[in-house]
Formats: sequence, structure tokens, C-alpha cells
Amino acid sequence: MIEIGLGHYLSLGAIIFFLGVIGIFLNRKNVIVILMSIELILLAVNINLISFSIFSGDIVGQIFTMLILTVAAAEAAIGLAIIVVYYRNRGSIRVEDIHGMKG
Amino acid sequence: MIVHTIFFYFFSVIAIFSSLMVITSRSTINSVFFLILDFISVGCLFIMVGAEFLGMILLIVYVGAVAVLFLFVVMMLNVAEQKQSWFIGKKSTHIPTGLIVSVLILLELLVVVGGWRYKEDLMSSSSLLISNISNTHQIGLVMYTDYILYFQIAGIVLLLSMIGAILLTFRERVGVKKQSYINQISRNPSTAVELKEVKSNQGVKIDD
Repeated sequence: MIEIGLGHYLSLGAIIFFLGVIGIFLNRKNVIVILMSIELILLAVNINLISFSIFSGDIVGQIFTMLILTVAAAEAAIGLAIIVVYYRNRGSIRVEDIHGMKG
Repeated sequence: MIVHTIFFYFFSVIAIFSSLMVITSRSTINSVFFLILDFISVGCLFIMVGAEFLGMILLIVYVGAVAVLFLFVVMMLNVAEQKQSWFIGKKSTHIPTGLIVSVLILLELLVVVGGWRYKEDLMSSSSLLISNISNTHQIGLVMYTDYILYFQIAGIVLLLSMIGAILLTFRERVGVKKQSYINQISRNPSTAVELKEVKSNQGVKIDD
């Protein structure tokens, strides 16, 4: 309990991952919150990679964390652009209003 | 050692609380603020555990660029009055299924983390490797040699996302006077200057 080990960091990553997943599943608001939940999930993945990298003494995990950061930034930019275009066309980004593809 | 423990619990409690507030707060702008707080506390955790470069990158890139991008989009789209309405609505049959799946994911992750036996030579935080070169130096030594291809591909991904975002949000506006670069640079004296014979006591109509 006093000694902070790898398990503590992995548990923190698991909890943040869970909160991101529950934010995606239970969201009834707008799509921006879903994008923020995806950012939370990627953050949890980064926590896992960095803690493994630190606690096993291998630097490669931090390299992959940096690649994940890149992909997350690209994903946020594209997702927000899609949201802006959708709002311009439809005037609403509520989740229950987005049913154009009947999915 | 006790300082490490105290700071770990401090930052992780803040991180968990703020990620809870991201998905439950009533207005979207509050969600963005708590997302920023979450990034900052996790970045402090990264710095504390020894990954200083990625912690600072998380602070700079995420808090400085991505979260502010979210903030701009929330400001532009006028979604502030769309209040949270989680459990209201006619077709909310996906709520129990989503809850069950999320809780199962959490349970599976905790079972894996709790029941997993660590390797014997895994370091604890008291004996973290203190190398004589810095964390940034280590990352640079590996990233620009062994992983140069991944580095280049990351650059291409960023370029493509920039092109995609510009193309998606580009809109041709009518009735707006814009510069035409190709007309400007392709004019020559013979087409640019026109000589007119001006008769006495008569003006020249120039705008035709």
C-alpha cells in the first residue's frame, strides 16, 4: 500500500479506461463528449505503456506512447472537423438526432 | 518514498475524479475544463514516475493544443445549452447493456491487474533506474535510429490529418472578394496598361 508499484499505475489506467468506455456507452448528449471519452481511453493506454516502460526499464514503451499521442491528436482534429461540418449541415449534434444512417 | 506515495494518490484521485466529471458534468464546457485537469494531473504523474519528456509533451500538446481545440469547437457550435439528459428519452434500451458491458470491462481489467504475478526482476519505484543520461536523451537515441520509420509515418499521419481537416471544413463562399494569385502574377505590361485617347472637355469611363 505504501510502496507504489506497477499494479497501482495499471489500476489507475484501468479505472480511467472504464470511465472512458462508460462515457461512450451511456452518452445521450452531444458527440463532443464522446470524442473526449475517446481521449480518456487513449490516455489510459498511455498510462499503461509508460508505467510498463518505466518499471521494466525499457524505453520503447515511451516511443510507442509518443506515436499514440500523434494518432490521438490527428483523430481529435479530424473528429472535430467532422462535427463542425455536421453541425453546419444539420444544426444539431445531439446523439439522438444523429440517425441518418439508421444504425 | 512516502512522498512518492502521497503524490501518486493525490494526482490519481484528481485524475479519476476529473475523468468522472468529464462524462457526467451537465454542460460541455465543464467537461472540457475537467478534461484539461485530467491531462494535467496525468502529466504530473508521468513526470513523477520518471518519463519527464512525455509528461511535458502531454502538457504542451494536449493541454495546449487538443483541449483548446475542443474548447474552440464547443464555443463555436453553441452547444452550451444542451443539458445532460442521460436517462431520459424514449429509446434508452442501450443503457443497461452499456452499463453491463462497461462494468464487465472494469472487472476484467482489475482481475488481470490483481491476479497477475509480476516478474521477479521488475523494479519497484524505490529502485527506479537512475541513468546518467536524461530521459529525453534516451528517447532521442532510440527514436531517431531504430524507430525512424515510425517517426516519419507519424509525420505523414499528422500531415494527412491536417489536409483532411482543412478539406472537410472548407467552404466556398459566394459574394466575397478574394485575391487571385494566378491573375496577379500572370499579368504583364501589355495587358495591365491601356492607353486611351482623351478628348478635350470629356472624361474617360474607366469602370466598364
